[in-house]
Amino acid sequence: MAVRVQREDFDVGYEVGRLAEGNGRVGGVTSFVGLVRDFAGDDHAKGQDVRAMELEHYPGMTERQLEAIEAEARARWPLEDVLVIHRYGRLEPGERIVLVATASAHREAAFQACHFLIDWLKTKAPFWKKEDTPDGPKWVDARAQDDDFTARWEKG
Amino acid sequence: MKVLYFAWLRQKTGIGEEDVTPPPEVADVSGLIAWLKGRGGGHAEALADLSVVRVAVNQEYVPLDHPVKPGDEIAFFPPVTGG
Repeated sequence: MAVRVQREDFDVGYEVGRLAEGNGRVGGVTSFVGLVRDFAGDDHAKGQDVRAMELEHYPGMTERQLEAIEAEARARWPLEDVLVIHRYGRLEPGERIVLVATASAHREAAFQACHFLIDWLKTKAPFWKKEDTPDGPKWVDARAQDDDFTARWEKG
Repeated sequence: MKVLYFAWLRQKTGIGEEDVTPPPEVADVSGLIAWLKGRGGGHAEALADLSVVRVAVNQEYVPLDHPVKPGDEIAFFPPVTGG
């Protein structure tokens, strides 16, 4: 199990490189890095400027949920390793929020599991974003589209 | 039992965490919500629209008819927006 919830930034190259190090069964590593945007909402032209973001989480439950999501991914795909790092606290545009990385013998499992992990994380891990905009701080609303992204992984 | 509030629910209630001892007839999450709202303060506003409130008991997501008992940790929060 490799799930980390931390205030500090992380080094993507170091973390991804370390994932498969010394494991000759690994043939592919996939990673996703989530960053803070400098605009609110979905549309850059209409969105308000975001000067910074405050990420709140539920200590304890967050780790439990991330570990449950990782266990689900490992049950569905033949993974050699999984890493999820999620930050909290004050973050500015361009800063890294989250890293999801998966290692498997073949690329298909690594790609699919990585995609699954970030989709599930977004609708299940207890984090909340508050954006600092010119009109003051605003809690970010959950997007219905994210529920659709999670639903596509539901077992038929 | 310990009740936690996160994000805008924390701001509306004005507290992040409180220890409460509801009467014995409060047996599930719905009953607890009704009792908390009846105590006044910001709770009635925070818990007014349950379509935008998620509930966890002992750090697991639960529906509103999930039982609650002394010693439980119950958390109220908005739909999550991490990642």
